[in-house]
Amino acid sequence: MNNNKNWIDQRFPLTKVWNEHLAEYYTPRNFNFWYFFGSLAILVLVMQIVTGIFLTMHFKADEANAFASVEYIMRDVDWGWLIRYMHSTGASAFFIVIYLHMYRALLYGSYKTPRELIWIIGMVLYIVLMAEAFMGYVLPWGQMSYWGAQVIISLFGSVPFIGPDLLIWILGDYVVGDPALNRFFSLHVIALPLILVILVFLHIVALHTVGSNNPDGIEIKKNKDKKGIPKDGIPFHPYYSVKDIVGVVVFLMIFSAVVFFSPTLNGYFLENANFVEANPLKTPDHIAPLWYLTPFYSVLRAIPPMFGSQFPGVMGMFSSLLILLALPWLDRSKVKSIRYRSYPYKIALGIFVVSFIYLGYLGMQPVTPTNVFLARVFTVAYFGFFILMPWFTSIGKTKTEPKRITG
Amino acid sequence: MSFCEPTASVLISLIASFNILANVDVHLNSANTDINNQKSLQNGAKLFMNYCSGCHSISFMRYNRIGKDLNISDADIEKNLMFNSEKIGGKITSSMPKDGSLKWFGVTPPDLSLVSRSKGVDWIYTYLHSFYADASRPFGVNNKIFANVSMPDVLWALKKTKSPKAFDQDVRDIVNFLDYVGEPARLVRVDLGYKVLGFLIILFILAYLMKKEYWKDVKYGKWRAKD
Repeated sequence: MNNNKNWIDQRFPLTKVWNEHLAEYYTPRNFNFWYFFGSLAILVLVMQIVTGIFLTMHFKADEANAFASVEYIMRDVDWGWLIRYMHSTGASAFFIVIYLHMYRALLYGSYKTPRELIWIIGMVLYIVLMAEAFMGYVLPWGQMSYWGAQVIISLFGSVPFIGPDLLIWILGDYVVGDPALNRFFSLHVIALPLILVILVFLHIVALHTVGSNNPDGIEIKKNKDKKGIPKDGIPFHPYYSVKDIVGVVVFLMIFSAVVFFSPTLNGYFLENANFVEANPLKTPDHIAPLWYLTPFYSVLRAIPPMFGSQFPGVMGMFSSLLILLALPWLDRSKVKSIRYRSYPYKIALGIFVVSFIYLGYLGMQPVTPTNVFLARVFTVAYFGFFILMPWFTSIGKTKTEPKRITG
Repeated sequence: MSFCEPTASVLISLIASFNILANVDVHLNSANTDINNQKSLQNGAKLFMNYCSGCHSISFMRYNRIGKDLNISDADIEKNLMFNSEKIGGKITSSMPKDGSLKWFGVTPPDLSLVSRSKGVDWIYTYLHSFYADASRPFGVNNKIFANVSMPDVLWALKKTKSPKAFDQDVRDIVNFLDYVGEPARLVRVDLGYKVLGFLIILFILAYLMKKEYWKDVKYGKWRAKD
């Protein structure tokens, strides 16, 4: 065994990589509940890739056969129903995990110096993931797949001057049809997953360069012993690997409960209307994207058309995503963790969370005057969180950070 | 008494107002079906093949899959349930020509493979019970929750010959069968779920104990907090 290791180590840095990233990667000892979601996101990514490989073996990316091929998977392919439900539930699970992972960063200031690049790579990951999920949702070619695609893709048509040409270039046709289905399939099964995997790799490399943040938001690398090991650090492996296994099993319990007992989750994970094959001649009464995209869909609908163009709404929707990239520079606070933050920040974060959830809820509801009004209020609150952040993070009294990790 | 009377009248008027709302808002009655009741599914399959499959396909379903899932032998299927397909492994499609149905009914009867998933069992159950006489319609009937539907009240003969209770059970059986057709995997899905969860609970105990054992190092051993 040792001989083998030497043979490999002379040719590939196996032991070095193992040590640097696992056995001698020193991690703060005080990770709590919120720190499970990074490893869970990797688990879900792997699960989506593996189930996706098997779905691709049976799926037909063809306007005339796509819908039937999904039902073929559900009925005639051995264990096809399980693979499909794992994939469809996995999509929603991915977003739940990612939203909690991002919220953790907000709670403990994980995006602040020196971790700005980790945050930015993570945000690009999130945006790519949304594109990945959207295109995956189109593939089963149900009514919601089709009309959801029609609505979202038509947004590109609102770009001034080049809009109509851009639309045709994206669709390869004048409407969503066979060419769009085929290119979405290609992007969904190879292009975007490849980008996702590369970005995850970069995300982890960047993290392991600066080291993990923790619930106290202080740097463990400031206190090292004679051997250069952080006094508040413990090796990731075996301590956090065995802890993450517990997290994985709990996650799988909840995940399995959905997959086996309620895979559609009352229309939240698989919509009833998507069990009807796409019909370009019949617009559904109510078109809504799946829950994980609805906060941004709400922003889109909240902004009224200006000068006869939907473009301001589209800009609003994309800026609601892109503004997250600026977060490390908007936050002026001297402390990272919510434990030591000032009251103005705590209140602002609370308002932000409520706005985001409510925008998500409103994005699933039909447009009524009350809903539009509420969506506008929460859109203002959403953007207000970022625009006012330099102000409310520099006022109020912060608590003194401890010198060492408090547990 | 003096207390009860106003309460009762309020209740009655409330119920009345719900009934008025029901006509507008589409109130659905609970189908209350049980997919694990094999007798009901078998009866539902028989009724579906006799009363519905002339016009409606369930083309994602195969004859022998029904046989396998509902415990009906291939011979019985061929004898009792197959009217228009030649092969036992074939898909269940109606033999009504599409352009013909368009001419006769103004619409092609929809495939019902997934109707339980898109509309829900309560909707189908309520729909089948909601036909009423309306001389202005081509077939003399209309439907309360699907106004001006092209479908005739195909179950009228059943309704006439059976007691209301027996007829209701028949309707439930058809709905139950359609629920099964919407997702045949449901017959095994839930049972498998309990087994998977059972396995995960045992795995959780082991994983938790392993974590606790390792973390002794962090609490008291080699990796306890220094100074």
